[in-house]
Amino acid sequence: MADEHAIEAIHADLRTRVRTFLADHDPAGVRTDADRLEFLRSRYDAGLAWVAFPVGHGGLGLGQSYQSEVDASFAAAGAPDNRPHANGIGLGMAAPTIAAFGTEEQKRRYLRPLWTGEEIWCQLFSEPGAGSDLANVATRAVRDGDTWIVNGQKVWTSGAHHSDLAILVARTDIDLPKHRGLTYFLCDMHDPGVDVRPLRQITGEAEFNEVFLTDVRIPDSQRLGAVGDGWRVATGTLNNERVSIGGKATVREAGMIGVVADTWRVRPELRTPELHDRLMKLWVEAEVARLTGRRLAQKLAQGQPGPEGSAIKLAFARINQQLSGLELELLGEEGLRYSDWTMVRPERVEFTARDAGYRYLRAKGNSIEGGTSEILRNILAERVLGLPGEPRVDKDVPWKDTAR
Amino acid sequence: MTDLDLLYSEVEEDLRSTVRDLLADRCPPAAVIAVYDGDRTLVDPLWQALAVDLGLAGLLVPEDRGGAGASAREAAVVLEELGRAAAPVPFLTSAVVATTVLLAAGSDLAATLTASLAAGERTAVLVVPFTAAPFTAASGAEAPGAEASGAEAPGARLAAVDVVGPHTLTGTVTTVAGALEADLLLVPAYRDGRVTLYAVDAALVDRRPVVSFDMTRQLADVHLLDVEATPVLDDPDDPGAAERAIRAGLTAGTALLASEQLGVASWCLDETVKYLRTRRQFGRVVGGFQALKHRLADLYAGVESAAAAARYAAAALASGDPDLAVATSVAAAFCGDLAVVAAEEAVQLHGGIGMTWEYPAHLYLKKAKADQIAFGTPGAHRALLASLVHLPGAPH
Ligand SMILES: Cc1cc2nc3c(=O)[nH]c(=O)nc-3n(C[C@H](O)[C@H](O)[C@H](O)COP(=O)(O)OP(=O)(O)OC[C@H]3O[C@@H](n4cnc5c(N)ncnc54)[C@H](O)[C@@H]3O)c2cc1C
Repeated sequence: MADEHAIEAIHADLRTRVRTFLADHDPAGVRTDADRLEFLRSRYDAGLAWVAFPVGHGGLGLGQSYQSEVDASFAAAGAPDNRPHANGIGLGMAAPTIAAFGTEEQKRRYLRPLWTGEEIWCQLFSEPGAGSDLANVATRAVRDGDTWIVNGQKVWTSGAHHSDLAILVARTDIDLPKHRGLTYFLCDMHDPGVDVRPLRQITGEAEFNEVFLTDVRIPDSQRLGAVGDGWRVATGTLNNERVSIGGKATVREAGMIGVVADTWRVRPELRTPELHDRLMKLWVEAEVARLTGRRLAQKLAQGQPGPEGSAIKLAFARINQQLSGLELELLGEEGLRYSDWTMVRPERVEFTARDAGYRYLRAKGNSIEGGTSEILRNILAERVLGLPGEPRVDKDVPWKDTAR
Repeated sequence: MTDLDLLYSEVEEDLRSTVRDLLADRCPPAAVIAVYDGDRTLVDPLWQALAVDLGLAGLLVPEDRGGAGASAREAAVVLEELGRAAAPVPFLTSAVVATTVLLAAGSDLAATLTASLAAGERTAVLVVPFTAAPFTAASGAEAPGAEASGAEAPGARLAAVDVVGPHTLTGTVTTVAGALEADLLLVPAYRDGRVTLYAVDAALVDRRPVVSFDMTRQLADVHLLDVEATPVLDDPDDPGAAERAIRAGLTAGTALLASEQLGVASWCLDETVKYLRTRRQFGRVVGGFQALKHRLADLYAGVESAAAAARYAAAALASGDPDLAVATSVAAAFCGDLAVVAAEEAVQLHGGIGMTWEYPAHLYLKKAKADQIAFGTPGAHRALLASLVHLPGAPH
């Protein structure tokens, strides 16, 4: 609040930029897919895509707090959006990591088509032997001149079946201890060595996949960060992943609480005193979680997220799980019916567009994906509160000599 | 729902460190514990130092009436620090609740009284039970922006005192916080079925100290028997004014109590983490056991959430935001419970030391539990929220 005049001046400048842009690019003229793409590319080039990103890369180098106003103005003008739900990993994880660790050339090549949705991204981190212990990945990347040859198996890869690119963590040195032998790559999912196989999940569908990598060739220009620096880059990605869940400005009753509250309002015959007590407790917790997310966003208005974001994800997972459980009880007989167990490979994950049974089952993943709740508690205890780390048997041993 | 600033400004941080330094110097835990044994020597000089030397008595009072002209945001920071130190001073009851009542009343007498409070010449109290909520579920449906009718809302009786003569009050109000330290009583009383507000000289009133669960905010039963009183507000054209002023005071008290609860909870978290980082058992630092790390991580997440809720309530109060009623009840419901959890965890995770009289954890447990019941329990605020956000209970 130090300088309210400066902040107001930025808002005024942004409003002018948006108005000028919309005058030059009338959303009413957007009819075809080609028009839509053209519109989005121009918005990116005008620095009005993600205002917190650097000038020249879709942004204006402003604080994150200015974004919602810009998005709202475009939405109000009926402008097409970049379908953020279809590229959550790209926007929430790959983009900030590329912006923070990428070369100018990499930023130029990847960020624009990422933002416009022309290229969809997935995350090739987890493996059968490396889940919570991500630093244990066994996928090998071996250098061959200007190219890296990658072999290994990834698992739980959400959206790999419709992705064009992936952020990938692979082992480049087996003689170093596990955290130090990793390197971070941007991998082309259309490479002939990439084999994506659906992995059916608790909801009946296959949102995630197994991905087999066989002699996949990645040019060295698609390495993000230094050789051996993969752990540091991956940690940046994970911190972004955790705040991308809570550190957003949302309105009251957005998400799961809104769905349950709406059902409560229109179905008085379902109400019981006991459910009412639980609903009101969760309503308060959801509202406080929203405020906590806002507060974090204000803290992060500049700079990279730290481990504090884990606290939000922890609360988000618990509240979602309790609310979706409550919703099934509230629905009673209807809660016993499920829409469809047929195996499909969805394009996106959208809780609110599905039935209560799906929400209950899918929410179980909230405390597993992006770091389990147990791991997040370890992170908070060690990195924020300064409590001693877990005993580690493999930290200083060359990776090739560790028990796996 | 504007994007209220939930962080602390530089001015607020400066105020915090001034208050914290003074409390570190003048409010040691041993002296606070002594209050439970009847030794209140700490109390008056500490309140003088805070109220007069630092000018906190007039924090919320406009500058042209001799105050500091600060807002609820700054008062919230002071309360965080008072909570962290379990300081036994009537800041909340006099400088927040009573002061807000007088500011809202706006009469000439109220203005004179406010100036004397700001100067630290007097300390005041609103004579209601410490459990009185600003609104209850029954009256809450119209709470935000409601035009007070002046008539008694069901379940929201504001006074136990009656006007028996032209300027004479009779009645008993039990468990009043801040009455022992006050020399000016603001007494809601009923006249012809309406709530009115009177100023009473404390010296004329029988105030019986209660052995209180939280002796850092000792309660009193206040007995008025044909006591002479002066009406603070007496505008026949606006009969609802007194009720509005009283509810405004209680709303401010509720919204800002959340910051005291945040202070209590942060002390509990910080001290427990500090202790467990050095205490050793089984050849290891106890804080390295994962069962405890996870409990402390959850508590950290809870305290961060309480900070967001308390800051939002303080910011909404400071700016008169239309969302104030919801913000207040959300903060009361969340921070009230969270502070108790924090204090209970602090006792448990300190082991035997946590049960001792000498170690101050018990001060925070008692304060947290008493604060949870003050201004309406978390359950009462959830019931109020149900009507504010249109999530009604089961039909009968
Ligand atoms: C819906 C969904 C989508 C996903 N999408 C992706 C994706 O797109 N890309 C990707 O790379 N990965 C993805 N994941 C994988 C996810 O990141 C991992 O599942 C997660 O990190 C846990 O690893 P794991 O499954 O191997 O479990 P494990 O690590 O084997 O954990 C088993 C249990 O042990 C606990 N545990 C492990 N270590 C500790 C410890 N030190 N202290 C205490 N408890 C511990 C865990 O909390 C868990 O309860 C996804 C997962 C889900 C559920």
